[in-house]
Amino acid sequence: MMINQNEILQTIEMIDEQHLDIRTITMGISLLDCCDSDPRRACEKIYDKICRKAQNLVSAGQDIEHEFGIPIVNKRISVTPMALVAGASETEDYVPFAEAMDKAAKTCGVDFIGGFSALVQKGFTPGDERLIASIPEALAVTDFVCSSVNVGSTRAGINMNAVKRMGEIIKATAQRTRDRNGFGCAKLVVFCNAVEDNPFMAGAFHGVGEAECVINVGVSGPGVVHHALQDVKGQPFDVVAETVKKTAFRITRMGQLVAREASARLKVPFGIVDLSLAPTPAIGDSVARILEEMGLEVCGTHGTTAALALLNDAVKKGGVMASNHVGGLSGAFIPVSEDEGMIAAASSGVLTLDKLEAMTCVCSVGLDMIAVPGDTSAATLSAIIADEAAIGMVNSKTTAVRLIPAPGTQVGDTVEFGGLLGSAPVMPIHPESAQLFVDRGGRIPAPMQSLKN
Amino acid sequence: MRAIVTVIGKDQVGIIASVCQVLSRHNVNVLDIRQTILQEYFTMVMLVDASQATLPFADLAQLLTEEGTSIGVEIRAQREDLFNAMHRI
Repeated sequence: MMINQNEILQTIEMIDEQHLDIRTITMGISLLDCCDSDPRRACEKIYDKICRKAQNLVSAGQDIEHEFGIPIVNKRISVTPMALVAGASETEDYVPFAEAMDKAAKTCGVDFIGGFSALVQKGFTPGDERLIASIPEALAVTDFVCSSVNVGSTRAGINMNAVKRMGEIIKATAQRTRDRNGFGCAKLVVFCNAVEDNPFMAGAFHGVGEAECVINVGVSGPGVVHHALQDVKGQPFDVVAETVKKTAFRITRMGQLVAREASARLKVPFGIVDLSLAPTPAIGDSVARILEEMGLEVCGTHGTTAALALLNDAVKKGGVMASNHVGGLSGAFIPVSEDEGMIAAASSGVLTLDKLEAMTCVCSVGLDMIAVPGDTSAATLSAIIADEAAIGMVNSKTTAVRLIPAPGTQVGDTVEFGGLLGSAPVMPIHPESAQLFVDRGGRIPAPMQSLKN
Repeated sequence: MRAIVTVIGKDQVGIIASVCQVLSRHNVNVLDIRQTILQEYFTMVMLVDASQATLPFADLAQLLTEEGTSIGVEIRAQREDLFNAMHRI
């Protein structure tokens, strides 16, 4: 019995014309057994273990691409937060650990490696402090290493000392990579409620609650959702939600199939499928255009938050039945530089930082890939991080900040990153100071989980 | 393993013959064929059994794509599981 011809052609059209792809197969690897008091020995163990576990990752991914005819855009690795591993070594400088990760990524042929990370939502260990201090240099001297720092959680509150520190670190990273428009900042995320099984960069790391080695898959497909909504123009939101759910189901089933296949070929357990709508700068692969398709003249105008809330929820509802384990960030991503429609909306001045902040209350993740003027102070960056972390903390969701204060740029300029990272119009920020707020330090207590209003 | 071979392009003499030659050369059995021609636009969907194929499936898919390029149509071979996963619960 052959499957319906229309369904076959529909699938091919999704892949060919609507940019349906698997965004990433990410192998999570525990490095907890690589701890060593001798930092050089620890780096050797890290390199060896990553190469041993991930040696077939890229070739297995390519085989799956060819057999199923689905593009798998990236193959990536995530590792145990490096502060936990490097913390055992007697050294002040953690840059060599990032170099070991980078070297392993190059040997394995992957696109990114994440996990140069520290989890400091309540406080710092000496290892956390050293890792954070190493971030600007580590991101400048490596090509594929991504870094993340978790500064808050719903259960722990927000570590405002870490928030202050991360404003300074983002600023320093931009300066250290000023010859590349502050590109280092595109590889650095500040989280609240970071998840342990996220396959997406720059925030992927392999949490300590995870198994020795797992395969996580992130799907994409804004173009497919956009196309499906074009067929239900003018119809009520019930129909919109239903259409998004059905589309998300199909996209996720493909992700589940690839995840299962990769897991079997690599003999590594399957972790999760991340049900995300991850845009790219290509025309026809934009989350902003989906929101506009719902009836908004330009993404960022009034109604955008409601449209995004519906989209995000329907993607999860449709996707969750399609996979036996869902996790990661799961939702719609709204990175400005990586989304053609967001770039256009931000360039026209309709989409502002404040509106983006509101949108992050109802979607996956947060203020992502946003260029701000090069003279933005560290305190202002910290204050933006604090606002975003507060949204995540109070709403029990993941929020993140990936800002690029590109040195020498001002509002109206465009910062080019190339590839999947795209280009970002420099967006205006409020010029009023938050210095005294940020200087207070300490912790914002964890919020009430009852009396919700 | 079963797979779906799709051929899309402008209609011409010998499309089915070219595809079937590649398939038979590598011991792939054709189970079902459906084709439509709409305004000279040729669409063919084949269900094939590649379990006894004499080469790895990814290589077969590559050969078919190359064959398509040489006769000016698009040919894809994809494992059937993909379509079942996306369209069947």
